[in-house]
Amino acid sequence: MNILKFFTAGSVDDGKSTLIGRLLYDTGSILADQLEALQQSNRKNDDGTIDLAILTDGLRAEREQGITIDVAYKYFQTEKRKFIIADTPGHIQYTRNMVTGASTANLAIILVDARNGVVEQTIRHSYLVSLLGVSHVVICINKMDMEGYSEEVFNTITENYKKMAAKLNLQDITFIPVSALKGDNIVHTSENMPWYKGTSLLDFLETVEVTVNQDLHYARMPVQWVIRPQTEALHDYRGYAGRILSGAFKVNDKVTVLPSGNSSVIDRIEIFEQTPQEATAGQSVTLHLKDNIDISRGDVLVNSSYLPQRSQLIEADLCWMDNKPMDDSITYFLQHNSKLTKCKIREILHKVNINTLEKEETHEFKLNDIGRVVIKTADELAFDLYTENKANGSAILIDGRTNLTVGALMFRAIVE
Amino acid sequence: MSKYNLDYLDELEAEAIHILREVAGQFEKPALLFSGGKDSITLVRLAEKAFRPGKFPFPLVHIDTGHNFQETIDYRDEMVERLGEKLIVGYVQESIDNGKVIEQKGKNASRNALQTVTLLDTIAQHGFDACIGGARRDEEKARAKERIFSVRDEFGQWDPKRQRPELWNIYNGRIHKGENVRVFPISNWTELDVWNYIRREKMSLPSIYFAHNRDCITRNGQLMAASPFLNMDEADVVTHRKVRFRTVGDMSCTAAVESDADQIDDIIEEISASKISERGARLDDKVSEAAMEDRKKGGYF
Repeated sequence: MNILKFFTAGSVDDGKSTLIGRLLYDTGSILADQLEALQQSNRKNDDGTIDLAILTDGLRAEREQGITIDVAYKYFQTEKRKFIIADTPGHIQYTRNMVTGASTANLAIILVDARNGVVEQTIRHSYLVSLLGVSHVVICINKMDMEGYSEEVFNTITENYKKMAAKLNLQDITFIPVSALKGDNIVHTSENMPWYKGTSLLDFLETVEVTVNQDLHYARMPVQWVIRPQTEALHDYRGYAGRILSGAFKVNDKVTVLPSGNSSVIDRIEIFEQTPQEATAGQSVTLHLKDNIDISRGDVLVNSSYLPQRSQLIEADLCWMDNKPMDDSITYFLQHNSKLTKCKIREILHKVNINTLEKEETHEFKLNDIGRVVIKTADELAFDLYTENKANGSAILIDGRTNLTVGALMFRAIVE
Repeated sequence: MSKYNLDYLDELEAEAIHILREVAGQFEKPALLFSGGKDSITLVRLAEKAFRPGKFPFPLVHIDTGHNFQETIDYRDEMVERLGEKLIVGYVQESIDNGKVIEQKGKNASRNALQTVTLLDTIAQHGFDACIGGARRDEEKARAKERIFSVRDEFGQWDPKRQRPELWNIYNGRIHKGENVRVFPISNWTELDVWNYIRREKMSLPSIYFAHNRDCITRNGQLMAASPFLNMDEADVVTHRKVRFRTVGDMSCTAAVESDADQIDDIIEEISASKISERGARLDDKVSEAAMEDRKKGGYF
């Protein structure tokens, strides 16, 4: 059994919380006392049934206002998979929260209200999914019950969406007609839409392929911590601890340490008390090298045959996440995996109007703005392009005055 | 690209180890908060996997309310002995004796709320800048929104509106002096995941997790262990039951469930079929719909 992480884009009006509530409810993932608390709540649907949306509202302000403000994580499990849902708010003022939820997701569910079809919000959400490179997209055309479960409505929206999506770089799109409120095509295939021959949403989620980047070209392990017991028995023990970002490492592989450029050969791979011959993306390991070279936190070990890009000048997409606008006169911290360095925004190339996808010239970057910039870092970064290797192609910006995370960076090109 | 995936427990484990190593790498003086419950026992196991054969780069810290199950304290002391790691204990009784907190009165009196003060004092006394805890997002709806690196101000307060975005697997642990970070490496685990991991790793647990015979009374519809820490009166009828505990907190606020599950396989089966969530057995969460959110804002875990 493996894990599928997905996030949901849409607003409360689209029935997003109801959809998640329905998935939890129909898979038996809501327990008796939670259900009791739900039934005692004053919020009911018009027909007196339980408002499933309450299940995902966490904070007091959210319950009071009936909206989602922050990313809430929900968990459920079937016999086939464990699921982690990032429930993200859909409104434009919470773009940063959606970017956050999308950054770790394997799959995105975008909700479209069958009564309204493809709207500005749909374009915005789809853009964010393509920007963050989420592998799979499911377009749930919701509230089909209010459109008489019409095949024509479904087909029209599907066609409109495909036309819009042609401008985007979306990888794998699936359309499912649903009613979250009534439960059609969420867990069980609906009898109300016999014309729909596809699977239910849950079936799809259970069977969609989850891939990890195991391409040897991208064997990367940032060093988080050096294990040196310094006891008599383990006097020479020196293990480089980290989680393999991408690719795979084998014993006897030649590896290069960046930024120093020193190289050595993998002597031993440890995963606690085991010593496998090979370890792959996602595993937390301790590597031992044949030579005693200087390595510390912030360095990255890579396969010597496939070196990453190295530069201090990088073109990147930036999503601004702070209330305080970006200031190109100050120095920010940039955190790229375990590496922390200083960074300045050299140039703003353009901003994207995320409702129309038009590029606009700008001199400023405010909360939720997204666009292309050139950054200059104090130390050389060893990175990959985001499209080729997300895990080593992303970084965050930190404002040293507040210590807040203020920006998300996706590396797009090396600046010569 | 290959279609190979890690098994879900391997993935959860690898993520938690990554988080623990980030704590070691980013902070000057971290600590691991150890309650004696299964979640913090799991954290200790993960710390072994993250740092052995080296020592843990942090001590274990236990906030002792004085109302613990003796089985938990015995387990703690044996574990610390086996690990050879440092244990620091903060006593709620000391906070009471110093007049920093006042003991609650009445039938439902509990020291659960008081331990926040002892915790914050212990953090300040030792200058801890990061405290690792075993909270999980599936436990409660306020926890569902908390970050893995959760920044607290100098009063220990959580501000849900000031949370830092947490992207990819990059954790921003930068803080100002006086602030500290609560770190939750098993945020993405569910109760069942923890139990399956305990089984897979063949970990031992305090005996109260398994079915045993015990004198109990019924309070607010919940089964409580009869103990000197409960303010009992003639209305309380003591009965002898076969019970186990799903969480380990104070004797005054942790309810038992009737159970015959005395093996881990039985417990996993019982939880899989259970209709009551784990925190349903915690009276401290039942106070109001926002009970956990309010306690977190006040510095609680």
